Amino acid sequence: MRNSSKSGILPGGRSRVLAAVILLGLIGLAGRAAYLQGMHKGFLQQKGESRYSRVVEISAHRGMITDRHGEPLAISTPVESVWASPKDMEITTSQIKKLAEIIGMNSAEIQKKIEGPRRDFVYLKRHLPPEIAARVVELNMPGVFLRREFRRYYPAGELTAHMLGFTDMDDNGQEGVELAWQNDLAGKPGSRRVIRDRKKRIVEDIESIRVPRPGRDMALSIDSKIQHLAYRELKQAVEASKSKAGGIVVLDAQTGEVLALANLPVYNPNNRGNIKSERARNRALTDVFEPGSTLKPFTVAAALETGQISPDTIFQTAPGTLTIGKATIRDSHREGPLTVSQVIQKSSNVGSAKIALSLPSKTLWEILSQSGFGVSTGSGFPGEVTGRLKPHKTWRPIEQATMSYGHGISVSLIQLARAYTLFAAEGELKPVSLLKLDAPATGERVISRATALAVSRMLEMVVRPGGTATRAQISGYRVAGKTGTAHKVEGNGYAKDRYISTFVGYAPASSPRLIIAVMLDEPSAGQYFGGVVAAPVFSKVMDGALRIMSVPHDVPSNNIVSFPAARELGGDV
Amino acid sequence: MTSSARLWHYLTRYVDNFLLVGLLLLMLVGLLVLYSATDANLSRVSNQLINMLVALAIMWLVANIPLQHIMRLAVPLYMIGLILLIGVALFGEIQNGARRWLNIGVTRIQPSELMKLAVPLMMAWYFDKHEVTLRLRDYAVATLLLILPLLLILRQPDLGTTLLIASSGFYVLFLAGLSWRIIAGLLIVGLGSLPVLWAMLHDYQRRRVMTLFDPTQDPLGAGYHTIQSTIAVGSGGLIGKGWQQGTQTHLDFLPEKSTDFIFAVFSEEFGLVGNAALLLLYLVVIGRGMMITANASTQFTRLVAGSITLTFFTYIFVNIGMVVGILPVVGVPLPLISYGGTSMVTMLLGFGILMSIETHPKLVKT
Repeated sequence: MRNSSKSGILPGGRSRVLAAVILLGLIGLAGRAAYLQGMHKGFLQQKGESRYSRVVEISAHRGMITDRHGEPLAISTPVESVWASPKDMEITTSQIKKLAEIIGMNSAEIQKKIEGPRRDFVYLKRHLPPEIAARVVELNMPGVFLRREFRRYYPAGELTAHMLGFTDMDDNGQEGVELAWQNDLAGKPGSRRVIRDRKKRIVEDIESIRVPRPGRDMALSIDSKIQHLAYRELKQAVEASKSKAGGIVVLDAQTGEVLALANLPVYNPNNRGNIKSERARNRALTDVFEPGSTLKPFTVAAALETGQISPDTIFQTAPGTLTIGKATIRDSHREGPLTVSQVIQKSSNVGSAKIALSLPSKTLWEILSQSGFGVSTGSGFPGEVTGRLKPHKTWRPIEQATMSYGHGISVSLIQLARAYTLFAAEGELKPVSLLKLDAPATGERVISRATALAVSRMLEMVVRPGGTATRAQISGYRVAGKTGTAHKVEGNGYAKDRYISTFVGYAPASSPRLIIAVMLDEPSAGQYFGGVVAAPVFSKVMDGALRIMSVPHDVPSNNIVSFPAARELGGDV
Repeated sequence: MTSSARLWHYLTRYVDNFLLVGLLLLMLVGLLVLYSATDANLSRVSNQLINMLVALAIMWLVANIPLQHIMRLAVPLYMIGLILLIGVALFGEIQNGARRWLNIGVTRIQPSELMKLAVPLMMAWYFDKHEVTLRLRDYAVATLLLILPLLLILRQPDLGTTLLIASSGFYVLFLAGLSWRIIAGLLIVGLGSLPVLWAMLHDYQRRRVMTLFDPTQDPLGAGYHTIQSTIAVGSGGLIGKGWQQGTQTHLDFLPEKSTDFIFAVFSEEFGLVGNAALLLLYLVVIGRGMMITANASTQFTRLVAGSITLTFFTYIFVNIGMVVGILPVVGVPLPLISYGGTSMVTMLLGFGILMSIETHPKLVKT
């Protein structure tokens, strides 16, 4: 039997050691917790927040582009994009296979994407139609999500392709109006903060940080019906004349608005997989060419402005050549003495050169420059070119002579069309606009009203018997215009048998409403004169457009004079 | 005495009221936190309540058993436990990659749970038998009694239980007067054998230890638990986010939030103030346990009471230490608060023994 009191004591003061260990242990835990909660709290709380709240971006609806009458030309339709957060993905190989089947990819592609360097966001497939997206949702895979996006659709297809341009996958404008007015069209994506749990399910919408601001709708100056007509006729002419390319610009003569603009070759903007730049270029704005005889009216206008020459002043063009220094200027047909009006009507290079040489170079340069050559039209179109107009001080006499009939100067088709507002709008140069204008723009006076009317009368003679473009006539309307047939520039000189054929004109001549410029690049089906290949496009489009716009006739409709034997041939170079 | 007073007397005769109040308070906290951690899942909470009632009943029963009976059970319990452990090693069922369960026809049992009490009881019994002639040899034998089941459990593998039983055994050795010199020697040998132990560890165990030092090394794998739980604890701040308001908890970020990581839930919702109160409550229970140990009349009861109390402390320290990120992640529940019936029963069985030690007449050994 042992006394209980003895064994009741722990040996060697161990109870004190134990008490100390226990106390220290508990204090240690409390201290660590206090460290986490006190000193470290801000950091950890923020980390906690970031784990459960996440900002989600919401795509903004891109503004619609319409024609001047509200007809939609570019619209955004909602589509769904499938994206994944690889670090949250918990899916099996068979699930990946199923997903791949639905979204039309193969498993290896998906595997590669989710094994990539980005761990929190990777697109698997963009722009799926809603019904396919619904099937992805049904799979209910953790870490795989949908995002609402918008896909651009162009109802008019290639008809308006060059004007509108297109957007990329991320809805950013890449070309044309889509690029030029990107900021207005795009709007601002919104965002909202959501609470998410570990599986990234959205548990609760906390706040909408920013409501997406949809892009602004825009009305272009384009008239769909005229655009359609212009495109159709241009296409027919390009095919019939076997041209390499072609362009047409239709301007409102009074406001400078672009009612139609088309180029060939073109692309389908709704299938943007593989667009070649040669097809993507809006040549009427981005390419230049030597305008040829379509520039002669400006030479004449400059001469008339000086007051020393009248429409009836006579210039001797025989023997059809003019030698300046080492160079010789030729007419395609020999004429004798011609009045200034006849120089325009018959498109005499020699006559034009003589008129030009009677002027100081500065006078000619000023009128060309003030007509918008060598400077931007201010349309705002991306990649628009200014063309080239050499400063008059550097002109040699031969250059001044050739400049008078459109060689040694380069212009874009839209510049050329716009310059003709001078004659159609009684001496004022109108600014061009790709957007619908609420109020007509004020032009800038370049030549006097009298000069403008005088040149206009000459331009009417061009389409009449004895002129170079009888094929430009339209039943019921007086037409004014000018042909151009220029050798293409090749290297340092001119190509012998490759031409640029143009026709620029307006109607009704008594009170012009429309200006149309037509250009065909390298017509190679035999005929190449502007009066033969380009003028018919002009007349068909002008005729149709005036009817679409219900413009009243200014002559009886039996005005067309058939005169096949007449001088249809341009006299250029 | 009226019959109700007699019944009351009969019920409370062997119950240590001080300890009981502490335990009940802790269990109440446990139910509250569980309610929050399970997102107000009443069936889980009532399940746990039943676990608690069963465990309390067992505690009461054990408290009523005089110590000499318990002492008589020490050897057979240990032997049965050892045999069952061998059975597990040979025929055990594999669940979650570990062989811990044994199917004995009617039900499945986890013999390692039994050993949590059987090992200290056995060692205490051994020291009690050789109390008078205690020699170094006896410590060696007791250590062998400890190591045998440990090796079997470590093989299962079950690191958490191994550590808990090892510490409960060590407490017996320590309280039995193992000399400081040997403790120091063991410590040196232990540290020296760490590389060997390291080589013996399973890959997942090594990862857990490694990620302790740098949880961000594997933020989505083994480090995930620790990162999430420290964030949850830290988010609590001084006074916490309030009951049922913990975002980390309720948004599913926190793993095992009703079992091993329940402290993170508590801490996020009740903050630094709550932590201090909870630890104080635990300290009260541990303190009472130490008092009972100091009052114990025999070598056996003293060693058993000390071991049980200190093991209780070890549970708390390892669990909270793991949640706050200073210890590796091992499967140790927070006593009386984590969800689960087995640990609740084991825990209260131990407290039943403590009560029995305290409330039965201090018998003199024959």
